[in-house]
Amino acid sequence: MGCAYVGRMSDLAIETSGLVKVFGEHRAVDGVDLQVASGGVYGVLGPNGAGKTTTIRMLATLLKPDGGSARVLGHDVVAEAGAVRSRVAMTGQFASLDEDLTGLENLVMLAKLYGYRGAAARTRADQLLDAFDLTEAGTKQVKSYSGGMRRRIDIAGSIVVRPDLMFLDEPTTGLDPRSRNQVWDIVRALVGAGTTVLLTTQYLDEADQLADRIAVIDRGKVIAEGTTGELKASVGTGALRVRVADPADREQAATLLTEALGGEAVLERDPYALSLNVASPAEVPTALVRLRDHGVDVAEFSLGQPSLDEVFLALTGEHVAEVETDESEVPA
Amino acid sequence: MTTQSTPSPQSTERAAMDAKVREAVGSAEQLQPVGPLSSSLIFTHRALLKIKHVPEQLLDVTMFPILFTLMFTYIFGGAIAGSTSAYIDYLTPGILVQTVVMITMYTAMTINNDIKKGVFDRIRSLPVWRPSLMVGALLGDTLRYTMASVVILVVTMLIGYRPPGGAVGVLLAVALLLVFCFSVSWIWTLLGLKLRSPESVMGVSMMVLFPLTFLSNVFVQIETMPGWLQPVVERNPVSILVDAVRSLMVGDPHGGSILQVLIISGILVAVFGPLTMRAYARKS
Repeated sequence: MGCAYVGRMSDLAIETSGLVKVFGEHRAVDGVDLQVASGGVYGVLGPNGAGKTTTIRMLATLLKPDGGSARVLGHDVVAEAGAVRSRVAMTGQFASLDEDLTGLENLVMLAKLYGYRGAAARTRADQLLDAFDLTEAGTKQVKSYSGGMRRRIDIAGSIVVRPDLMFLDEPTTGLDPRSRNQVWDIVRALVGAGTTVLLTTQYLDEADQLADRIAVIDRGKVIAEGTTGELKASVGTGALRVRVADPADREQAATLLTEALGGEAVLERDPYALSLNVASPAEVPTALVRLRDHGVDVAEFSLGQPSLDEVFLALTGEHVAEVETDESEVPA
Repeated sequence: MTTQSTPSPQSTERAAMDAKVREAVGSAEQLQPVGPLSSSLIFTHRALLKIKHVPEQLLDVTMFPILFTLMFTYIFGGAIAGSTSAYIDYLTPGILVQTVVMITMYTAMTINNDIKKGVFDRIRSLPVWRPSLMVGALLGDTLRYTMASVVILVVTMLIGYRPPGGAVGVLLAVALLLVFCFSVSWIWTLLGLKLRSPESVMGVSMMVLFPLTFLSNVFVQIETMPGWLQPVVERNPVSILVDAVRSLMVGDPHGGSILQVLIISGILVAVFGPLTMRAYARKS
């Protein structure tokens, strides 16, 4: 099934140039250029209020741009809004189904709108409920659903017909870890079935886990773009962390590693541990051999890429307010 | 990037879900979305389903008028009209109008809620005729007005009301009322689109509806009011509507007020219809 899409992998699903949206005095989106290839997941990462939702709403033809242009699946979002709408699906930040109706009624309604007739609409709705593990909940009002169930029924509503492109606006905001994993699995399955997914997120972890490429947005502008690897590399280094067997050897280890790798060794609070940023990770094995040659026993070591949080810090000078959001948005 | 998880009951469960989701996406048919009429009717059906699931929205607006009817008839009826039975003949058409006009504001509440909950975004991103959401909601509302009318008529008939105009008079009266309320709903769709929260919608509609329904001839005849107030009450569209509805239910139709109601309705749709559609298309 995926084969049909291979040929189009090089096509651009989304192309924007100088996209602008102004609300009063506030330039919510301030000249966004994006190029999103077909296939896979493209992540738009940024803190609250960065302009992610506004961008996605313009791409989904829900909001008219004040400047610049955007083409989605080859169609202009303003001039050919209808053509765009027939090929994309949008799942908003909040449950975008009717809470008073049951999950089944919602899906049947959507199926009918998309053109399924009579019993076929019901069959399709049942199939979707089953796929998203919601058969039992199907006859209950959506307002009684948990956060995870809501996101699932929401996404189910978006694939009543197969969209070529799906917008997911913060699909896991406020979800517990288990539900978050489920949504991630669903996103991967959608991609496996040939849909291109554009998702916004304020979770670095999420972008890291799902997205093939990421645009980092801050204050309405794209401040960095690339694969997660490229973004991390743009900060320049990987981090080497070493735990020595004997705390007495730590000073010596720090000196030896600094000589071998450059940079500055940081002695951690753990009396056994030190770490340093490494410019050329390829040199690390030699440096470790050097420690052994000098009689410094190493208990553990790890070489990791810098986290996206570090990337974000390096790009914006600010930490992503992840902890804060977590606490305020997890439903009671 | 991806880590291989060790096989566990959870991972088989995940694999099953993965397969089902892929199957569900893959088996989607590419169909022609429905036309404007069908989509409007689908949204009308949605409005009916909402009544089924949230019958309170009908109860809220009918209990209050029922209490009003009983209270006014039995407490003030004798004083106002000489006897309770004489008063109920006068009051029923008025209370019918008041009730249904009051319910119209729920149109604004529904639309505002849809915007707030994201339903609006979802529907506007569908490849169907966008205004069908509005049209469907209004058609659904009209059905709700009909139900409320039936409730009021049943209650008043239980306590002794017998419409002199007979079934035909009552049907024509209700039809006229529905035309007027459908037209008034367009004001509410506009408000629902423009105001920030359902609470502010409630506040604004109460501010409009209370004076409109009370500064009228719903409960008492205009002649009993002070002279300075009479011209105001006479020009209140609700008074004109009550007069028209009353005349039909009495079986002595006032052509003049019926015509005026139809003209007012036409103006409301002509003004607020386009305004609503414009606000809807531009809604950010």
